[in-house]
Amino acid sequence: MRLSYPTNIRIVLVPCTGKVDILHILRAFEKGADGVYVVGCMEGDCHYNSGNFRARKRVEQAQKLLDTIGIEGERAQMYNLSSGEGPKFAEYAVEMDERIRKLGPNPIKSAKKKAA
Amino acid sequence: MIVADKKPIEEIVEAIKDKEKILILGCNECVTVCEAGGKKEVGVMASALRMYFLNQGREVSIDERTLERQCDHEYLEEVRDVIDQYDSVVSLACGVGVQFMAEKYHTTPVFPGVNTCFMGVTEERGVWSERCQGCGECILASTAGICPVSRCAKRILNGPCGGSTNGKCEINKELDCAWQLIIDRLKALGKLDDYEKITPLKDWSTERAGGPRKVVREDVQQ
Repeated sequence: MRLSYPTNIRIVLVPCTGKVDILHILRAFEKGADGVYVVGCMEGDCHYNSGNFRARKRVEQAQKLLDTIGIEGERAQMYNLSSGEGPKFAEYAVEMDERIRKLGPNPIKSAKKKAA
Repeated sequence: MIVADKKPIEEIVEAIKDKEKILILGCNECVTVCEAGGKKEVGVMASALRMYFLNQGREVSIDERTLERQCDHEYLEEVRDVIDQYDSVVSLACGVGVQFMAEKYHTTPVFPGVNTCFMGVTEERGVWSERCQGCGECILASTAGICPVSRCAKRILNGPCGGSTNGKCEINKELDCAWQLIIDRLKALGKLDDYEKITPLKDWSTERAGGPRKVVREDVQQ
């Protein structure tokens, strides 16, 4: 298919989105990520039954926590697709890229630079 | 176990907003099991607080540590050599741990990071409910292993009261009537005759009503 999607996205492979913890998401932001999104299997299609539901809950937790500490919660997102949906993957990447560009850089990144 | 619930991060921020070197101290026991104050929650809180202060343009050092317990001298002593590095501690232990920390380290302010709720069980992951109020004089032998002191809203010893309907309590339709549970279990045990026995007045002086309590065991004292 040779689809293109924004090059600023770094993919972190996990065996199942159920592996993703709120701490992974927070640490990414702490280290300066502008946005974090989790791409899981379609709901109801998880090989481990509930991994993607757990991931969604953790993303929601992260969103709430980020909002309370003054960082836009929408910088964290959850998406679902099946492994055969390459175009969807690229589409979500573009959507996320646009969303984050609208929000601007992670405020932690500039605060860290100032502090240094 | 002692069940605790997370405190809102805003409340913790308010308590430590003027501090500069903070230790977030977790506990590996009950609060870890009820997912309120274990190593993971320490990590989440520390990360969130670090980002909060950075976002406010403030340089605050936040360290993480989790002790085996905070209710025993030997484990709390593990931070003795580092405690002077901090101007405050947020303890994610239950109220017992927070107080023991405060007693031990007089000059370091300690703030609670969780709301301590009750002694209870894990009904399922994410659901905990009360089972014991530590009344100091256990009556479970005569109530089929179900405690009316902790599970009946009125704590009555010869129930049920008139507010019990279809096995539920009048204060909340979701709440089982403890006395209905007791009767059902006595039936299952074939000991319904026990229900006829009137429980005499309970000595509440061993409960919190008698003031702060203490257990002294000379046989194990050193």
